[in-house]
Amino acid sequence: MNDQSPNASPMNSYRNQPDENGRFGIHGGRFVAETLMPLILKVEDAWKSSLTDPDFQKELDYYRKHYIGRPSPLYFAERLTAHFGGAKLYMKRDELNHTGAHKINNVIGQALLAKRMGKTKIIAETGAGQHGVASATACALFDMECEVFMGAEDVERQKPNVDRMRLLGAKVHPVTSGTGTLKDAMNEALRYWVSNAETHFYIIGTAAGPHPYPAMVRDFQSVIGHEARAQIIEAEGRLPDSIVACIGGGSNALGLFHPFLDDDSVSIYGVEAAGKGIETGEHAASLTGGRPGVLHGNRTYLLQNDDGQIEDAFSISAGLDYPGIGPEHAWLHDTGRVNYVSATDEEALEYFQLCSRLEGIIPALEPAHALAFIGSMIGDMDKDQIVVMNMCGRGDKDLGAVLPMLEERGKL
Amino acid sequence: MRIAAAFERAKNETRAALGLFVTAGDPDPKTSLEILLGLPDQGVDFVELGMPFSDPMADGPAIQAGSLRALKGGTKLGDVLAMARAFRDRHPEVPLILMGYFNPIYIYGVERFITDAVNAGVDGMIMVDLPPEEDQEFCLKARDAGLDFIRLITPTTDDDRMPVVLANSSGFVYYVSITGITGTRSASGDSIGQAMARIRDASDLPAVVGFGIRTPEQVREAAAHADGVVVGSAIVDQLAASLDDNGHATATTVSSVLELAKSLGEGRRP
Repeated sequence: MNDQSPNASPMNSYRNQPDENGRFGIHGGRFVAETLMPLILKVEDAWKSSLTDPDFQKELDYYRKHYIGRPSPLYFAERLTAHFGGAKLYMKRDELNHTGAHKINNVIGQALLAKRMGKTKIIAETGAGQHGVASATACALFDMECEVFMGAEDVERQKPNVDRMRLLGAKVHPVTSGTGTLKDAMNEALRYWVSNAETHFYIIGTAAGPHPYPAMVRDFQSVIGHEARAQIIEAEGRLPDSIVACIGGGSNALGLFHPFLDDDSVSIYGVEAAGKGIETGEHAASLTGGRPGVLHGNRTYLLQNDDGQIEDAFSISAGLDYPGIGPEHAWLHDTGRVNYVSATDEEALEYFQLCSRLEGIIPALEPAHALAFIGSMIGDMDKDQIVVMNMCGRGDKDLGAVLPMLEERGKL
Repeated sequence: MRIAAAFERAKNETRAALGLFVTAGDPDPKTSLEILLGLPDQGVDFVELGMPFSDPMADGPAIQAGSLRALKGGTKLGDVLAMARAFRDRHPEVPLILMGYFNPIYIYGVERFITDAVNAGVDGMIMVDLPPEEDQEFCLKARDAGLDFIRLITPTTDDDRMPVVLANSSGFVYYVSITGITGTRSASGDSIGQAMARIRDASDLPAVVGFGIRTPEQVREAAAHADGVVVGSAIVDQLAASLDDNGHATATTVSSVLELAKSLGEGRRP
């Protein structure tokens, strides 16, 4: 392998977070009910001991290779590159993973951890349904029970994924409290966990929640960035100039970013969902439009009012429709290491179609946001520069929502 | 001091102390204040006043709904403190504990909140999402200012963890009698008795039991084992049942809640 990533992170590294209390700067932590604390401490113990257990790593590698289908290709998007007329665009093809998104990378890791802890019952929350499908898949594979909590609105707009989960044997609980989206699904999943703390393992789907989840999910997803780093060096003989990923909770982005954080020459962009536009207030851009607060077990940037009540996020993409963001992103924003930008629903829609037409790749609405940002900047870069984006999911699940919108706009 | 005195009074009368939970501002500020001020006259020994939050992740449907009604009615954290002050003016001796989630306090400002809560005559705090691991956020500062920090012990709190949870606890120890969220299921008297024995071995603080206690009979059963008993969701359910189709208070809202409070109070004696 040509992987040049450092074996040990130096003291001034961006890669040695969090501290022993799960803090990334002021963010992160363990803000949970006492009922869950003993469980969370046990998860942390199990995760830490797995890191140095060669048998665990061997099993994880086995499923990554033979079940998920890793490594995913790093693909040179020639036609989009020609279309933009600027830097070369590479896509990390995590939409080719089994189940069609990056979510499975994390789920297989946590399911193996659950198995190690002797747990056979799994809880998961899901927005777009990709994490729910990945969890249902892993539960089928490892003979576990799976309870998925999904906002009622998302159950409607992501029906194909709901059907997949049911077929795989999972029980899908539509959540009607609050606004019936990802935030409420997470509340309900946490309530269910509080009520079944002794028997169930909660597989959180993004790099958020109480410590150790943000770090654990990041580590399971970092396989994306480790592969991409080695692959771009193999293809181009050097590191990229920019790497780009979309962000809801931010697990696909951290997975790509983390191995590159100490590479000073690499500019890093996280793309939040601007919904109808930041200025309209109807968006899901927690870093751009929020402020630090405490929700779902961690401190991070949140969309909230002046009284500390959480506000509804808004995005065309169910996977980005969350009023918070993982605490490590909050810290990377505070430190300035990563640039956080945004793309609107309309822009995502445009690039959803563009990518389908020019590359024959139907992207999920989530990475279509990343591509929309790339479209706004890559044309101004030199032709010998390199951009790597994470194509973190495929768009089949979105056709039901996207096609009527494209037809409405006379684009289909 | 008010908390210790209230448990002492109950003990001298060979009974448990009864605490009731109501959400501040539910269903509207005026009705909520009337209920709050009326509780002590029904035999309620201490009051837990809920600070409404949009995402109450340890609460069941009843208290979630109560929280949302209060927020819809415009209740802010400053209004909760104003209610506390009105309660203190009317009832100088009855302990008042604020209960809720951290984010509204974090946004209000921790130091500012503690000052205002002390000035309003609040005695203690129950913060659902602040375990001992996060004591530096709020607990230690609140205790320095003279507020009791009341911690929850749960069925998942094992012997190793018990001293960690009790370390900065004061006022009383609140035993969550079920592994679950508020208002969903009930624990048996036997399991409560065993838990109380464990807590008394580890702490001299009064031991109070709550979660899943709904009827005078359940209060009586729990009172046989505990120094205090808390009822929450049943009160909120009673309030909800009295509302009209639009979720507004009716002529019976205050009276029906206070009647339930009174009948629960009769369960304090074995």
